[in-house]
Amino acid sequence: MAEGASEGLVLLDFWVSPFGQRCRIALAEKGVEYEYREENLRDKSPLLLKSNPVHKKIPVLIDHGKPVCESLNIVQYIDEKWPDRAPLLPADPYARAEARFWADLVEKKVCIPPPPPRMYESGTKLWKLKGEAQEEATKEFIEMLKLLEGELGDKKYFGGEMFGLVDIALIPFTAWFYSYEACAKLSTEKEVPKLVAWGKRCRERESVSKSLPDPLKVYEFVCFLKKVYGIE
Amino acid sequence: MAAAEGGEVKLIGSWPSPFVLRARVALNLKGVEYEYLQEKPGPKSELLLRSNPVYKKIPVLLHHCKPVCESMIIVEYVDVVWAAATRAILPADPYERALHRFWAAYIDGKLFPSVVAIAKDEPKMAKVEAVEQLHTGIKLMEEAFERLSKGKGFFGGDAIGYLDIALGCFLGWFKVCEEVTGLKFLDEEKSPLLVGWAERFCSDEAVKDVMPENERLEEYTKLCRAFAAD
Repeated sequence: MAEGASEGLVLLDFWVSPFGQRCRIALAEKGVEYEYREENLRDKSPLLLKSNPVHKKIPVLIDHGKPVCESLNIVQYIDEKWPDRAPLLPADPYARAEARFWADLVEKKVCIPPPPPRMYESGTKLWKLKGEAQEEATKEFIEMLKLLEGELGDKKYFGGEMFGLVDIALIPFTAWFYSYEACAKLSTEKEVPKLVAWGKRCRERESVSKSLPDPLKVYEFVCFLKKVYGIE
Repeated sequence: MAAAEGGEVKLIGSWPSPFVLRARVALNLKGVEYEYLQEKPGPKSELLLRSNPVYKKIPVLLHHCKPVCESMIIVEYVDVVWAAATRAILPADPYERALHRFWAAYIDGKLFPSVVAIAKDEPKMAKVEAVEQLHTGIKLMEEAFERLSKGKGFFGGDAIGYLDIALGCFLGWFKVCEEVTGLKFLDEEKSPLLVGWAERFCSDEAVKDVMPENERLEEYTKLCRAFAAD
């Protein structure tokens, strides 16, 4: 296998990463062929370090030697590079702005200071923390999910009939719900039933079912991380 | 004037905010007539809370009374809605667009928190880290400018583009940081390209009348710190 990636499309990724999964889903929606390369995050490849020198993180999409970094940026790039099929953003400028807003919200909640309770971090707190801190984190997490559920409403997807950017931004985190529920004693089915139903609908799409890991495997990974961090 | 094409346009903002400045520069570049609604100090206006219930923050663009929030999302929206008005703000090529967006996200994620920590005169450790982060960031932006400008005057080439707006609107605040720390962040020696670019950006027609004056920003910073200390 070539060390570099000057030909075709290469995705540098890590199997459990929800950020990487966003890119896989987008590529699958567009029916685009690419080479998937699993990175060892404890021993990052020279290619990864060269392709994303600023953040040194996956995912990175390398298109004929040119790297694109940051998952939502990659998804938009994929959408704009292959505009002739499966649009991931609506045509209407206002609807596009709305989609970008909600995708950005999934990514972060602006709050300077204290540090923003990001979706991923917010969820991570659920298994990393214990006691009161975990309860607080759980409350924050549920609030965020309810906000998103409010935006979804009774629509099929966040974009209405069209599966798109916001769905792609959020769906990978649903593979972590089982782990969060096991660690933090919460029930997403009870708290956000519409969102859970949306998750099931998304997973009926081949692009999603093929890209998302088995929630049980994610839980195994979380248990492994808990051992590494010395959390009981 | 381009306003007629779009219909009624309002911008809820606050003069010190670099994020509001981004929206204003984008609207000015497109020649859009808009009503500027300056938020008063104190409790947020009913209109702002209604228009941005999630973050309750400025800027908010109101177009036909429909709100658009988040500064760079507003910039992209303005670029598309008034596409016919003047040249595009975002480049046409998908890869170039990805680069502009990547660096804009970097500015918001890494440079902005550093600027805030320095301007607010955070405790020593945080400030030392922030200063280092800002130096690193500006070095990276200098390199990015060399690659993206391709020898021309702006990140966007011949004219102000997406990344020019993202970074340029922080120039006033970089100066405040220099005042607070006594250090140089944008200097002739380490970031000569950005120094030249900064002058071009600040003197551009779309920027010069809306960029807040330094003295005013410094006064404002002092006030904020005095208020925080009480």
